[in-house]
Amino acid sequence: MIGLGHYLAVGAILFVIGVLGIFINRKNVIIILMSIELILLAVNINLVAFSSFAHDLVGQVFAMFVLTVAAGEAAIGLAILVVYFRNRGTITVDDINQMKG
Amino acid sequence: MIQLLVFLPLAAALVAGLGNRTIGDVAAKSVTTVALFFSAALSWVVFADTGLGHGAAYTLPVLDWIDSGDLHIAWAFKVDALTSVMLVVITTVSALVHLYSWGYMAEDPDQPRFFAYLSLFTFAMLMLVTADNLVQMFFGWEGVGLASYLLIGFWYYKPSANAAAIKAFVVNRVGDFGFSLGIFGTFLVFKTVKLDAILAAAPGMAGATFHFLGAPVDVMTCLCLLLFVGAMGKSAQLGLHTWLPDAMEGPTPVSALIHAATMVTAGVFMVCRLSPMFETSATALTVVTYVGAATALFAATVACVQTDIKRVIAYSTCSQLGYMFFAAGSGAYGAAMFHLFTHAFFKALLFLGAGAVIHSMHHEQDMRYYGGLRRSLPLTFAAMTIGTLSLTGFFFTSGYYSKDAILEAAFARGTTAGVVAFVVGAFVAFLTSFYSWRLAFLTFFSEPRWAGSEHIAHAAHGHDSPEADAAHAGGTEGTNDSAGMEHDHAPVAAQVPTGTGGYHPHESPWTMLLPLGVLSVGALLAGFVFHDTFLGPDANAFWRGSAFVHRDLAEAMERVPGWVVWTPGVAFFLGLALAAQNYLRDVAAPQRFADTFRGLYAFLVHKWYFDELYQLVFIRGAIGAGRLFWSGDRNVIDRFGPDGVTTLVGNTAVVAKRFQSGYLYTYALMMLVGVAAAATWFVPRLFQ
Repeated sequence: MIGLGHYLAVGAILFVIGVLGIFINRKNVIIILMSIELILLAVNINLVAFSSFAHDLVGQVFAMFVLTVAAGEAAIGLAILVVYFRNRGTITVDDINQMKG
Repeated sequence: MIQLLVFLPLAAALVAGLGNRTIGDVAAKSVTTVALFFSAALSWVVFADTGLGHGAAYTLPVLDWIDSGDLHIAWAFKVDALTSVMLVVITTVSALVHLYSWGYMAEDPDQPRFFAYLSLFTFAMLMLVTADNLVQMFFGWEGVGLASYLLIGFWYYKPSANAAAIKAFVVNRVGDFGFSLGIFGTFLVFKTVKLDAILAAAPGMAGATFHFLGAPVDVMTCLCLLLFVGAMGKSAQLGLHTWLPDAMEGPTPVSALIHAATMVTAGVFMVCRLSPMFETSATALTVVTYVGAATALFAATVACVQTDIKRVIAYSTCSQLGYMFFAAGSGAYGAAMFHLFTHAFFKALLFLGAGAVIHSMHHEQDMRYYGGLRRSLPLTFAAMTIGTLSLTGFFFTSGYYSKDAILEAAFARGTTAGVVAFVVGAFVAFLTSFYSWRLAFLTFFSEPRWAGSEHIAHAAHGHDSPEADAAHAGGTEGTNDSAGMEHDHAPVAAQVPTGTGGYHPHESPWTMLLPLGVLSVGALLAGFVFHDTFLGPDANAFWRGSAFVHRDLAEAMERVPGWVVWTPGVAFFLGLALAAQNYLRDVAAPQRFADTFRGLYAFLVHKWYFDELYQLVFIRGAIGAGRLFWSGDRNVIDRFGPDGVTTLVGNTAVVAKRFQSGYLYTYALMMLVGVAAAATWFVPRLFQ
């Protein structure tokens, strides 16, 4: 029988993969965006799982909101990426170190 | 009336000083000069009223000043015979010097400032002599010090003038330190700083002692000596005299007013004012006598070899102040004040005469470049001769009466110190006569020698064309910085060419000659007119307790042997003869003397090596101590204080800087670590 623990385990694994994707990745900004999506999805799995087991629809409604926000965030992120590429000619993460005084 | 007298110069100084360029030269000069002449007129009224007219002495309160616990100090004017004498001296000389400065400073671009300083000085000096308590006296004391500093450094673009001004100020600080300690001590002992109360209580304190480091010390001796240190500083007595000759960097009218007639006599005035205190301590009086005699001797010997006309007169002033002090030390306060009074006239006359010569000679101050000036400057020559006669004590001039009285008093006193002072004083009278006539002969007699003078050469060329003349008028004051100090000490008349170099000096304007005339009258007659009043058997009726009068000393002075009376006269003629021999008949003699007695001559030219000694002991010492403390400061305080803190901040910043790499993922990691930490901290607490 698949219980709550399994769902939470999947969510946790996805979350850790997402986080490591942000840190370990040194090549591509797009991978960072994808990692953020992974983190958000991990959260969604948790929300839906708790909603189902607690018989409370609020969690699923919240998951819908998170999806919406994630879509918006992806759109904006990609837009920034395109503009950045136009200006700098690269999207390699190691080259993006302008954010210091 | 006394308020008007004292505050008029202050008001004039404020108008001239603050108005400065707004009101213009003529207005500033007129305001100050008129105010001073008005003050002088009032002073003579006060003198006739309080001094000669035997009017009652009075104290006029003006304003409360400090009121703290036992300490009550008020601004008040104390007017008695002693004050009235000083008032007359100060305001008369000051008024004449103001008038004189119209001519002397005519080419200066900063005249309002000069006149404002002069008037400010006069105000401070008047506050000093009218003070009814020691603190107000100290106010005036510092005020004249300030004015002196400002006026010595009046030509502030001359480095030598700035150095001299600072030197005067710093050396006076030493004296002022003693004076202020004396005031503190006086307050401690008498619980008041009011002069009347102190002087009334002083005899009761005679012989009282206190213990310092286990040894008994006489209270009154201690107080008197501390106060006397202040007098030594202000009156340029041996040890603290070094500033006075350098003060000659100031304009000549300043030298006449401050460094001859008034400010430098403040010390003598203070000793006379506090004479009941000094009378309680024989030790203090002995010290005063010896210091005065030593100063008189020292300054007179140095004056004999100086070549700068102003410096000769400056050392002469120093020497005459020594006379006043040993008169006071001998108990003859009347004689000291009398010499102060006559000295103000003839020394101001000499200085102003020297100023007229310098003015005519385009700021050449070296007597070796003068000569034969009696033909071109007959009036100045007459005035200077009168001043010299009076200074050297020619019969029936002012100086004759006062110097005679001082020598007789020292002799009649009968103590060892008195006899020493008499012998020294007689010898100094001879030296005085010698160096004064040397000055007169070098300046006014024999042939012109100014062809070799740079100042004259500059002036003579300047007069060739109008443009150069205008340029010269603007730059005159800047050209005299080499005078005096920087000339090498070649013996007189050594390699100086003779001749006029095509320059012909002319007499000064009437504004300068009129004060000379007035002072000449004073130098001739002041002694004759006033000596009975100041010194006679009835002197007590004049002073009426404002200065201590020894009745028996006055009587003993009447009974001194004839040879004592004749000593100054003999000294006068000996000095005159020696000067005439060396500077009129055999002009090569001084050079031979200098060659023969090389050591003695160098000793005198270097002013007994006082400056060198101070340089070695105090200045080097201070620099050494400064370096020592500086390294302590740097290695201990700075290292662990400000420098340590800045280093710490810097190092922390270097570490903190590493966190700001600019890489997106490091920031994200930081955020995550922060969020994780916050969650670990808060989440368990939510469920408790």
